[in-house]
Amino acid sequence: MSINDLTSMLTDPLMQRALIAAILVGLAAPVVGTYLVQRRLSLLGDGIGHIALTGVALGWLIANVMALTPNDVLALPGAVVAAVVGAVAIELVREHGKTSGDVALALLFYGGIAGGVLLIKAAGGTSANLVGYLFGSISTVTSTDVVMTVVLAALILVVGVGLRTALFAVSHDEEFAIASGLPVRTLNVAIAVIAALTVTVAMRVVGVLLVSALMIVPVAIAQLTARSFRGTMRLAMAIGVVVCIVGLTFTYFQDYSPGATIVVLAIALYAVVAVARPLFVRQRWHDPHPDVADDVELARERGEAAPEGQEARR
Amino acid sequence: MLVTAAVRAEGLVVALGGTRILRGIDLEVADGEVVALLGANGSGKSTLVRALVGVVPITAGRVELFERPLGRTVEWRRIGYVPQRVSAGSGVPATAGEVVASGLLTNRRLRLPRRYAAAACAALDLVGLADQANRAVRELSGGQQQRVLIARALIRKPDLLLLDEPVAGVDLPSQQAFAQALTRLTEQGTTVLVVLHELGALAPLVRRAVVLRHGAVVHDGAPPVASPEHGGDRHDHVHPHPTAEPPQVDTAPEMRLNT
Repeated sequence: MSINDLTSMLTDPLMQRALIAAILVGLAAPVVGTYLVQRRLSLLGDGIGHIALTGVALGWLIANVMALTPNDVLALPGAVVAAVVGAVAIELVREHGKTSGDVALALLFYGGIAGGVLLIKAAGGTSANLVGYLFGSISTVTSTDVVMTVVLAALILVVGVGLRTALFAVSHDEEFAIASGLPVRTLNVAIAVIAALTVTVAMRVVGVLLVSALMIVPVAIAQLTARSFRGTMRLAMAIGVVVCIVGLTFTYFQDYSPGATIVVLAIALYAVVAVARPLFVRQRWHDPHPDVADDVELARERGEAAPEGQEARR
Repeated sequence: MLVTAAVRAEGLVVALGGTRILRGIDLEVADGEVVALLGANGSGKSTLVRALVGVVPITAGRVELFERPLGRTVEWRRIGYVPQRVSAGSGVPATAGEVVASGLLTNRRLRLPRRYAAAACAALDLVGLADQANRAVRELSGGQQQRVLIARALIRKPDLLLLDEPVAGVDLPSQQAFAQALTRLTEQGTTVLVVLHELGALAPLVRRAVVLRHGAVVHDGAPPVASPEHGGDRHDHVHPHPTAEPPQVDTAPEMRLNT
């Protein structure tokens, strides 16, 4: 790979659009992922992704009925609407606690995929039309897609970073947030909505099946080394951008799926960091226990003989 | 200063899953009072505090905090709640300073003020953890985590503190330090409603005790004398023990320290 190769890559309009989309997704997805990991909803992105697929097919169907061309013009808007509706529904189900979040997610997984396949057929297409959304099709990103990506990513970053402490507070300890008068439901729905938007934005880059990886894996890597919530989020964003750029660049020269390459790269990075961390973490040999008086009196320190049986147990 | 009610509950009923946990509680805590909420495990004292701050849905009756009905109009900035359970085990690491700073947010404030870090350090200093602001909460001991939650409530300089067993599982010197900090706050006029298993180090502060039994108030007045099995003059420990004898190292192997 020479400088010339890089120059030709950066001047390729198709690649320029793909890079913009990848950078924004790499930046935005880990922001949402940080909250999802904290709330132990790591799989939420997958559930939303599956609903988004139904939204894609629904977009095709509506475009067909209205005789719009090209027939996928409403696919992305359909995905956005379906994903937002689905994410808010999951959040409300979770809030009322009638169904466990686990079962609600499972229902979404199956319903989303099956609904997508049925609807795309009804729209006169085939399941093959959905493959691009399942595995990503960053090379087909149009200028309109880029504009939409920029707008949605900006919205995700403004909410996700701007309200970080409030979103942290509801994710960390919802009861305390209620007892502080915070608008807990609104903040929870905000997280659900930005998660849905992230899924639809990332769908073009890595595909529905791998969307969640881009949200979760950078956070998983970052929390191996970070101590603070803010540090975890910042590091995860940096990792997200780097793996997206490196993965996309690699697939420009080698004919592999960009989405899969990005995800494999991230997971490989996780493995490397997990293995290497013990070698770099500063060993703290000092006694971490605070030096305070014991609550119990020890017989030995009172100068008495140890009670019967104590030695035997030690 | 006009004495107003910091907490007022009238006919408070809480039913969870078909069981009536609280059966018509009437409770009024005047501004500046220090009230202990006592009772056996399962008597409903935690549920009462949780219902007072809106965490547990109220089935019947009404709650007012500083003369405002429970809801959006309550001046939440004036209220500091310390939950019982330690909820620090989240997936993403967070520092003690971050957790404490989150206590600055209320219905009126969704973003941190500019000098939040100094405020967090000051609040941590009140509970003796000034040097731990940058430590990850999950690296702290259970007692230290409990103190982080207390600091989170203190950072907004509340006029009313609602504490749910704040010293359970906290070692004796820390309990005494906490009692001192609480004494300073009450001297400045802070109202305190504290759930306790036994008065312990807070005994000098508490002039009024409300005792719950089976979800109803059975005593409201001077702090009751501890049950006989809770020992006499020497009784200043927090750990339950099976006999009336002072704890012996031998009877509590889990408390024995490796020396």
